[in-house]
Amino acid sequence: MAPVSTARLGRLAPPLALVVIWLVMTLINPRFLSAVNLTNLMLQIVAVGAVAVAVVLVLLIGEIDLSVGAVSGLGAGVTAVLSVKQDWPAVLAIIAGLLTGALVGLLHATIVTRVGVASFVVTLAGLLTWQGALQLVLGETGTVNLDDPQLVAIAGTFLSPALGWLIAAVITAAAVAAVVVHLRADRPRRVWPWVLAGTVAPVAVLVFNADRGVPLAVVVFLLLLAGGDVVMRRTTLGRHAVATGSNASGARRAGIAVDRIRMTVFALASVLAVTGGILAASRLLAVNQSSGSTDLMLTAVAAAAIGGASLFGGRGTVWSALLGALVVGSLANGLDLLGASSAIRLIATGVVLALAVGLDTVAHRAERQPFTEHSRPGR
Amino acid sequence: MSVATHESGSPAQTTEPVLELTGIGKHFGAVQALAGVDFRVHPGEVVALVGDNGAGKSTLVKIMSGVYQADSGRMRVEGREVHVHSPSAAQSLGIATVFQDLALCDNLDVVGNLFLGSELGSNAWMDEVAMEKESWRLLRELGAKIPTVRIPVASLSGGQRQTVAIARSLVGSPKVVMLDEPTAALGVAQTAEVLNLVERLREQNLGVVLISHNMADVQAVADRIVVLRLGRNEAEFRTVDVTTEQLVAAITGASDNVVAERHARRVPPATETGEVEA
Ligand SMILES: Nc1ncnc2c1ncn2[C@@H]1O[C@H](COP(=O)(O)OP(=O)(O)O)[C@@H](O)[C@H]1O
Ligand SMILES: [Mg+2]
Repeated sequence: MAPVSTARLGRLAPPLALVVIWLVMTLINPRFLSAVNLTNLMLQIVAVGAVAVAVVLVLLIGEIDLSVGAVSGLGAGVTAVLSVKQDWPAVLAIIAGLLTGALVGLLHATIVTRVGVASFVVTLAGLLTWQGALQLVLGETGTVNLDDPQLVAIAGTFLSPALGWLIAAVITAAAVAAVVVHLRADRPRRVWPWVLAGTVAPVAVLVFNADRGVPLAVVVFLLLLAGGDVVMRRTTLGRHAVATGSNASGARRAGIAVDRIRMTVFALASVLAVTGGILAASRLLAVNQSSGSTDLMLTAVAAAAIGGASLFGGRGTVWSALLGALVVGSLANGLDLLGASSAIRLIATGVVLALAVGLDTVAHRAERQPFTEHSRPGR
Repeated sequence: MSVATHESGSPAQTTEPVLELTGIGKHFGAVQALAGVDFRVHPGEVVALVGDNGAGKSTLVKIMSGVYQADSGRMRVEGREVHVHSPSAAQSLGIATVFQDLALCDNLDVVGNLFLGSELGSNAWMDEVAMEKESWRLLRELGAKIPTVRIPVASLSGGQRQTVAIARSLVGSPKVVMLDEPTAALGVAQTAEVLNLVERLREQNLGVVLISHNMADVQAVADRIVVLRLGRNEAEFRTVDVTTEQLVAAITGASDNVVAERHARRVPPATETGEVEA
């Protein structure tokens, strides 16, 4: 097989896997495709999805962050305690939680860049440390129930049908405009992402409106993704992050302050992780000791990898987080509907992860073998 | 150790050097990689830097490009003394480098690599259209054959990757371009293309520093050849005056015997252009 098509297969596999899972789940239990269940599915994945975005960013610069789960719990814990026990207004409590994340990320990155310890180890130590810190923050009872109406509203709010349609209309209009501009440009550009966004948006709103409406948490998650995508593809920060993950010494010789990029990305990732933690807390109506669980980290890392973020660094987009979270979430949701045990869910997720990472490895190897007349593979 | 001086021959020699280093020393722990090395390149001149493995060629290039800092010695750009403390400092002084490993980012496309670290746009916001147009202009100027600028460089051939790396060195209009072993990994046809690129750079009145192991390549494009041996200046020749045997002798250090003797017997010292001393 030509390496080019192997590489392409690597990129097409995650969306294909999602389609297959949805087909199979629907065939076995048509309720999977109901508006209620799809809305629930989206509500289930936003927290993991936000944490997966954090993982994608760190993978892009060629590092790993095993502390994202613990940090998301710690940040949410800080927010919850300040809101409930100190009566801080919701916005300030959230900002304090996010700042906690930023500081933790900067601390990790400082140890990675200044001392030179591998991020794997630094963030493993972070995982333990911040889980302990969360227990300290939560105090004796080990759990803090949210009572602030605004904090609760983040995951509990559904937009009115009209507002939902307005959002869909804006997205579709923007997509049409983008497609027209791209097709008129003298050099061809990829239009399919816009075509996809323009068609999915109204369908999604149709489904959400058939249930309770578009969840605010989903809007927050999508804004996070869109913002992250713009930063990664349109700004020098994103370009330099990919360069760092692709070839750190080359990036340094190109004049890029590689360590500063690492600091920024680790801080950003921890802030995103806390965002996921706050989304989860708002849905749970509480922060407890299992908020920063390793399970969340493992699921997020799996989602990022399944969605197409390469463990070799430098490859992947923030949309990988959405795709991977959808795959993992759909598996869990569908198997739940079937009444399958958590053992089956773990095994299924594990198998999909192994397949995804296997494909990534094959695609990685294929990309390194340029297909030219001098090096045509074959016998 | 002293190095022969010559009467100035090519027009390049009569101008002020665009880049000049004197008495450069550099050690890595106990290893003295460079000791008292002098080096200069004039505008519109191709200077080849040759020497055996470990002679210090890459180290000298990395000092000029700001990757390493010299322990001693001075560096001048257009007569002005400079301190190059980082790769970006070298770039802003007009010193561009094509590193031996090319330093490309496989996951970025051609445009991304060409403008890496000097992206066009306002502040952090990149102007992709402008960069793409400029990429085509640069590649055309070099007569380069790249099918599209929007594929990851991982999927390009060795010669194409070398071309991208050379084109990248021209972003930011440098005065000096240094190429570290640009043909080492290439086949015959691709080597010829890279040598053509080197001549294009000279036509643009850039100072070009070419490191190579291949004497045929060096003699094909260089105006002047500087030989390093064990971290010191061993010899310096004008290409038109030197034979492959003399070059090889200087590189391997056989100069203090057979070749030097032959040399001394053959020509009177006054017309000597590439004298070699131990
Ligand atoms: N980063 C380094 N650390 C230690 N020693 C080095 C380093 N770079 C080069 N050297 C040593 O310096 C000497 C010159 O190396 P180099 O400049 O790479 O030679 P060349 O490019 O001519 O083959 C060698 O002895 C090499 O081992
Ligand atoms: Mg070398």
